[in-house]
Order: sequence, then structure tokens, then C-alpha cells
Amino acid sequence: MSQDVEQYRIGKEPFYQPQGDEVTLYEAAYAARLPVMLKGPTGCGKSRFVEYMAWKLDRPLITVACNEDMTASDLVGRYLLDREGTRWLDGPLTTAARIGAICYLDEIVEARQDTTVVIHPLTDHRRVLPLDKKGEVVAAHPDFQLVISYNPGYQSLMKDLKQSTKQRFAAFDFDYPEPGLEAQIVARETGIDFDTAGRLVKLAGTARNLKGHGLAEGVSTRLVVYAAQLIRRGVAPRAACRTAMARPITDDADIRATLDHAVDAIFA
Amino acid sequence: MSKPVDARKREMHHPQVQAWWREMDCGFTQVADVFEECLYEALTAFSKREMDDYVAAAKTLSRLGRGPEPVLAFLEAWPSVAGAVGTAALEDVMATARALQASPNGHAIAPFLQTLAPVARRLASREQLAFYLDIARELMARTTGSIHGRHATIASPGLPAFFRQAPQLVETLPMAGLQNWVDYGIRHYGDHPQQQEDYFKLALADSRAVLQRERHGTLFADAERRLDLYLRALWRDPQPLIPYSNAYHELRQIVPYYDSLGMRLPDVYDARNGISGLDRYRATLAHMAGHRRWSSPQIADNWSPFQRLAVEFLEDARIDRLLMREYPGLAPVLLALHPKPGEDACDPETTSCLRHRLAMLSRACLDANHGYADPVLNETVAAFHAALADGPSGTAQMAGLALAYVARTRRPSDQLPRIHFDDTVVDYRDDNRQLWAFIEEGDEEEAFDTRKEAREAEEPQGLPPRHYPEWDQASESYRPDWVSLYEALHPAGEAAMIDRLLEKHAALARRLMRLLDLIKPQNKQRIRYQEDGSELDLDVAIRSLIDFRSGVTPDPRINMSHRTSGRSIAVLLLLDLSESLNQKVAGGEQTVLELSQEAVSLLGMAIERLNDPFAIAGFHSNTRHEVRYLHIKGFSERWDDTVKGRLAAAGAGWSTRMGAALRHAGAALAQRQADKRLLLLLTDGEPADIDVRDPGHLHADAKKAVGELAAQGVDTFCLSLDPKADDYVQGIFGRRHLVLDRVEQLPEKLPLLYMALTK
Repeated sequence: MSQDVEQYRIGKEPFYQPQGDEVTLYEAAYAARLPVMLKGPTGCGKSRFVEYMAWKLDRPLITVACNEDMTASDLVGRYLLDREGTRWLDGPLTTAARIGAICYLDEIVEARQDTTVVIHPLTDHRRVLPLDKKGEVVAAHPDFQLVISYNPGYQSLMKDLKQSTKQRFAAFDFDYPEPGLEAQIVARETGIDFDTAGRLVKLAGTARNLKGHGLAEGVSTRLVVYAAQLIRRGVAPRAACRTAMARPITDDADIRATLDHAVDAIFA
Repeated sequence: MSKPVDARKREMHHPQVQAWWREMDCGFTQVADVFEECLYEALTAFSKREMDDYVAAAKTLSRLGRGPEPVLAFLEAWPSVAGAVGTAALEDVMATARALQASPNGHAIAPFLQTLAPVARRLASREQLAFYLDIARELMARTTGSIHGRHATIASPGLPAFFRQAPQLVETLPMAGLQNWVDYGIRHYGDHPQQQEDYFKLALADSRAVLQRERHGTLFADAERRLDLYLRALWRDPQPLIPYSNAYHELRQIVPYYDSLGMRLPDVYDARNGISGLDRYRATLAHMAGHRRWSSPQIADNWSPFQRLAVEFLEDARIDRLLMREYPGLAPVLLALHPKPGEDACDPETTSCLRHRLAMLSRACLDANHGYADPVLNETVAAFHAALADGPSGTAQMAGLALAYVARTRRPSDQLPRIHFDDTVVDYRDDNRQLWAFIEEGDEEEAFDTRKEAREAEEPQGLPPRHYPEWDQASESYRPDWVSLYEALHPAGEAAMIDRLLEKHAALARRLMRLLDLIKPQNKQRIRYQEDGSELDLDVAIRSLIDFRSGVTPDPRINMSHRTSGRSIAVLLLLDLSESLNQKVAGGEQTVLELSQEAVSLLGMAIERLNDPFAIAGFHSNTRHEVRYLHIKGFSERWDDTVKGRLAAAGAGWSTRMGAALRHAGAALAQRQADKRLLLLLTDGEPADIDVRDPGHLHADAKKAVGELAAQGVDTFCLSLDPKADDYVQGIFGRRHLVLDRVEQLPEKLPLLYMALTK
């Protein structure tokens, strides 16, 4: 079974601004082939970080966005019916294990807990993936690594990882960068001037202060980048902030009014 | 000049005034004393014809036989009234005075004219003033009493009080609001003279509550959450916000302040200079948050009050400057709210100009385009900006600047008692009480020994009352906090009595049990992986087919079936425990109360078997001040002897104020987590209470309460034992009601009704 490995390669260096020593740490973890878990609020750069590391380590990257309807066979693979009878198709996890890619399971808690158990044999000393339906045991390629990410901020009892899953990973904690750094990131990512980027980050900060007081999550760096992109396209800053930063995160009229006021106060 | 005894013969200095005085032909010495002065003032503004009208009107008023007060008030007030609303309004004013004179309310003419000037200044147009006069005349017409119905003979008790309050009322209320406020007073206190007077004097809690509801501006209560979010989001400084009212302190207005307990804000802000009330609140909060962030207390023992005033002004300016730096969008708001004193507005020869100078300095610090020429001021402003150029500076540095500025601009006239206040009050700033620390206590004039009175807190009897509004159909508005509801546990009695009742109905109970077993729970649940089932489970079937084709043993459990489980329902049974329950059932020995107890016992037993969350409560009322709500069974309580004991002890008395009890029961029910919430009301009569004469009123209120509950997702159903209930029960509960003609059937019907409703 030949796989087009090249399609999973990251061609160009993605922009990633390190916040600390996470790059070195990750390199060490990869050298030891430790599975890695990335935790942090939405839109703070988890996925970007994985992309960047895949590029840096020159490994193919297979990303799976997890969801509630995902079954184990969506990860591992399944038989399909065709004219001749049945045919086996590898799932993304199996593919990654065969070709030695980094397999990135995004938002792993969205998948049901019994689904995530299939990764267990891959994430300990065995490094194998048994395909019970097919009667095959795939030994993982020496370069294979598993990375998962999730957002612990959901605060839902239903959406947590099993202890037996958690305790197979080296964990990296992510958060929104420091304001100065975040402004640099936004300016670098979108090409707007540093002053505007600083104001956008300040506005995001006001929304983040409301986390837990009507907002489940603050404004993510991703939304700040969206706002900056709108501004780059010639949208007036206030309108851009309302569209990209205030409106998406809340339907609560009072919070919206407060954020709108913050927009006015910051972009005078 | 000697004064002749007869005021008519008084000599005036000016011949024309003398002619008018002769024309007046007035014998009041007090009027003669002020006549000339008043006319001089009027002469500067009025034409000859207007002067003639003015004097003629004064003459009319002096002939009313009401003493000198009306004419004195008119002479003094009219020039200023005419300045505000035009001389044409004289006709309206005199028409009102004549109407008052023609009714028994002549004594209200003096207060009417005495407050006319401030009222007219505020209303500022003839139309608005006419509106005000109409309201006053309507108040007069509707509150002037008569004994035999033909002639109005009893003066309106509220009218003079209304006129005396009028300046404050027009200050806070728009005209439509004033009309509502007056209308409310007439309708609720129309036939209670003392209370009516108190209402219009603003001495009743009720009248203040309605005033608060009708006033213009942004109410704190409406904006509270936004302000809280504002502090959190923009300043990361969440503080408790506490409103205070300025409405009843005309002389000494409280200024916003903060202390360890929280930030105090006025209860209402009107829009000003194009800045909305909400933004004014935000500016005030921002200023206080700025102080909390950047100010440090200064030792003030060695500074004079003037010096402290100067330090406060400059420190406030620094805070505002920093606020603008932090959030540039605040700049236009603060500049619009900060007064802009004219440079020559204050005359330093006759008045103390310190405040004026400081306000100018403060303005200049904030506003680059201040345009003030004073060199010392400009130097200080430059020093101020230099101090803030790199960093937030500090309170001590501002104090140094302020003291130097005061020293350089000091004038002897600063000590004069007449102080220039115009345009010097910056009302979004707090009173700076946190800015000062004193080493020695008690060298402030207003500081006196703080006597700590350890007052014994009274042990509260039961829970504090809950206040509920009541719907007023006449005005289509809620009467705020109208009903006081006291809730308590029902006293316990002998549980065995309920058991005896149940024994008596043993046959019925057995029949009920059989019925109960038939009630199937509702929720459909899918059961997958069944060999036998009602439907094919397609996902599983395809998987099995694939397994089959690929030579693996297929899973034969490819069907699914449905099961119903779980009743998600919460029920509250509300019992009307009014006096009428004590009546005997026609043709029987039992009272309605006993029958109700039997019925509720059977129902309680039945529901216990179904395991639905179920609560029982009773209510009765003794005027709006005392609605009692008695818990008999709580949702989490079992149907045991405690509950049975309470039910056994249930007694009947007083009246049926249904709306408040419905609202309270609905509030309890709305908090239950259930798909369906049912409020079952068992009553034997219509809503009534001894302090309500119009039976339609409580009907309308109960209907409104039912509507409110529906909006909260609570279904209300009424089981009425009143054979005449058809007349009203449909109006209140719509189709959700049942009238039981034969009350003795109640024990049987109630559980059946429950089952029918929840099936």
C-alpha cells in the first residue's frame, strides 16, 4: 500500500513565535518519541505550534479534528464494500504509524472516551497498533509520534480525558501570550502596524477579564488576527473589532455593550 | 419716609409706579413694601401693555380674600416666569388661579404661585407649562370631595402638597411621568385624605417608588450589570457597586465616593452635554478606578482646606489624564462632562475665585485647546505635562505642583464668604476622601467623637418578607413592591388524622393505585444491539454485512427498540386556605377544608408512588401587607408523618390574594430542573382581599401572574370548588381550569385530575 507522504509535509515555515522554551522541550520529547499533549484555550496557537514543529523536525503531519460521532474505525481504518467484495482502508492513525508521521488529534476530548482508548497501545513502550478486524498488528514507524490537544476550559464533567489516557503524555501548557508579545505576533502575522496591534491586544485583554463572568472564553489570539486582517483590508478599526472580536464571542446584550464601549474607548 | 397706616396711601418714588399702585387699590402693607421693587424688575422686561396686564392680574389676586400671600408670590414670581415661558402664559396661570378659587381649594393658590417660578424655569415653554397646569387641575378635580354628591365641598388634601413639591417633581420627571405619578396617587389614595397628602408630599414609600420608576435618565438598577462588567473588563477592578439617592437631599448633594465597602454611585444619571447616563456612570467608575490604581493617600494635617482643594483638583486632573492615556476614547466623554469656566467669569474683587482658578487649571490640564491666557496657569500646565511625560507621576508630585500654584495665585479675596461655584463642579469625580490621611484624629471641624452604639440587633422573626409587584389594570402597569409575602413552615399537627382519612377512602385508594400503575413514563429511549426489536439499526446492520462478507462472524444484534423512561415533571400544589374553607359542604357534615385534606392526602400518596417531585403549600392573605405562604411539603421531602402532620394541622382563615402567592409558588417551581412544571391551584373562591374594593383588580392581577408564570415555563391549572366560578375562572386561567360542582367528589377527582394532566 503506497501512501503519498509528500502531501503531509509542511512546505513553508509557518510563523510561530515561541513564548518560552517549548520548542526545545518539544524537540527533546520528540527525540525520545514521547507522546505529547498540548493544553490551552482556543485560538492560542496550539495547532500552529504542532505545524511549526513538524516543519522544524521535517516530519509529515497528519491532523485529525476529533468530534463526538467519531468511532475507533474512523481513526484506525475500516473495510469498505466494493465490486470485488471488501477492501481495507487505513485510517489516519494507521497511516501515520506506517509512514512515520506526527499524528495530531485536535480537540481530543470531543471524541468519546471509548474511542480514544485505541491510541493506548501506540502511546506506551509497545508502539504498536493492533487492527483486530484485519488481523494485523502495525508496528509504528520509528519516526512516528502522537500529539493530542485539548482545551481544559470547557469545565464540563463529560469532556475530560480518562486518567489512563492522560498519563501517557508529556504535557505542554499554552496560554495567550503576554500583551507585548501577542501584539508582535499579530503585527507579524498580518502586517498591520504595531500600535494598532497593541490596541487590538488590549481590547482582547478586556474581554479576557470577563472570563467566568458571562464569557466562557476570552477573545483568542486567532480572533485578534482576524480583526487585524479586516483592518488590513481597509475596514475601519471599530467595525473590524466589533465584527471579528466582540460579536463572535457573546450574545449577551450587556457584555456586548461593554465590549462595544471598550472598542470605543480604545479606538478613539 | 414715613409709612401711612393705610397701605393704599403709600407713596411710591416713581410716578408711573404710583399710578399702578393706585390702580391696584390694595390694602396689604406687605404688598406695598415690595410693590415698587417688583415693578422695577418687571419694567426692564415688559412692555407697557404687559405691565398693565401684570398689575391687573395682581389686583385680581389681591381681591380673592386669601390674604397677601398669593399676590406677593405672584408679584415676585411673574417676571421670572414670563422670562421663561413668555407673557402669553399669564392667561393660563390666571385661569388656573380662578379655577382654584372657584373650588374649595382656594388655599392652594399661594403654594401654586410660590413654586411657579422654579417650575416654569425648568419647563421653559408655554406648552409644557400648560401641560403642568392641566395635571394640577385634573388632580384638583379628582380629589376634591363632596358630601352630597352635588357640590364639591371638601378641599383636595393633596393639592397644596403637590404644588409645594412641584419644583422637585418637574426636575426629576418628564411631563408624562409626572402625569402617571399624579394619576397613581389619585387612584390609590383618592379616598384617604391623610395618606393622599403624604403621597403628594413624597412622604410615602410608595410615592417615592413610583417616582423612581417614572423618572428620566439612566437608572442605576438598569445599568448595574453593565457597570460591573465595565469595571471588570476595562479596569480589572471589580468592586461592589452601591447606589445612593440624591432625590431627597436638595441642599447637600452627595458626591460619588468609594471606601472599603465598595463604590457609591447616584441612583440615576441624566444625559448631559450629549453624554448618555450610562457613559456618565462609566466615567465616574473610571475615575474612581483610576484613583485606586494611581493615587496614594497624603498626610494632610499641615495643609489648609484651600491647599487640600488645590491638591484634589490637580490630582483629579492627573487621574483623568492617565485615564485618557489608557483609553483614548474616554477623552471626548471627560471633556464634555468637565465644565469649561470662562476666564473672566469670576470677579476677584467681590468673590472668592479659588475654585474658579482651580477648575480652569483642571480644564487646561485635560484640554490642549483651553485657550486660557493666564501665564501662571500655563506654566503650571506645562509643569503638569512634564511630570506626566514619562510615567504616571504620583500624588506627592501633584501636591507639590498644586501647593506652588496656590501660593503664586493667592489673593486676599479667596477668604471672602461669597464663593464662585458656577462651572467649577466636576461631577464625575468622587469626593477624594481616600486621598487624605491624618496623623492626628479630630482636627476636622466636622469630625466629632465617633460614638459606637452597640445596638442589639433584633432577632428576626421568621424570614424577612418577600415583596412582589401587583398588576394594576387601570394604569396597565405594575405597582412596585406592593405585596409583602411571608413564608413559613406550616405548624405540625397529628399525622394519624391523615392516615384515618386515607383508611376511610381505602377503596378509592386501591382504585387509584391500579390507575397509577397504568401511567407510563414518557421519555423515549433507544436501545441498540437487540436481536429482536421494533426497527432495523442501519449502522449496525451494514457493519454486520461487511463482517459477513469479509468472512468474520457477523453480529446478529442488528435491531433496536424503544423504551420510555423517566417522568421529568415537577408539580406544586397550592392550596387556598382562606376563611371560606370552613364552610360546610351543602347537604353534608364535612367542611370544604376537610374534603380538601382528604383529597390532598390521596394525591400525596399517589404522587409518592409515582415518585414525581412534588410540593404542597398553602396561602392566605390579610391585606397586601401580609400574605402568608405556608410550606406543607417540600420537593425533596418524602410523604411521611412530618408532612402528614402539617397537612392535618392546616387551618383556614382570612382572604385570597392569589397573585402574590402564584408568583411566589411559580418562582419556587421555576427553579426546578424538569421538562414540565405544573402549578396546581386548588381554590374555593375568587381572588379577594379586604383592602381591595374592586374585585376586577385582583382578577386582573391573578391573570397577569398566570401569564408571567407561563413565560417562565410554568403551567398553571386551577381546580375551583366554587360553583359560580365559571364567571371569572376562564378569564384568569384560560382553558386551564376545572370547576367541580359537587365538592364531595373532590377526593376522587383531584388525583384523577393530576394523572390526566401529567399523563
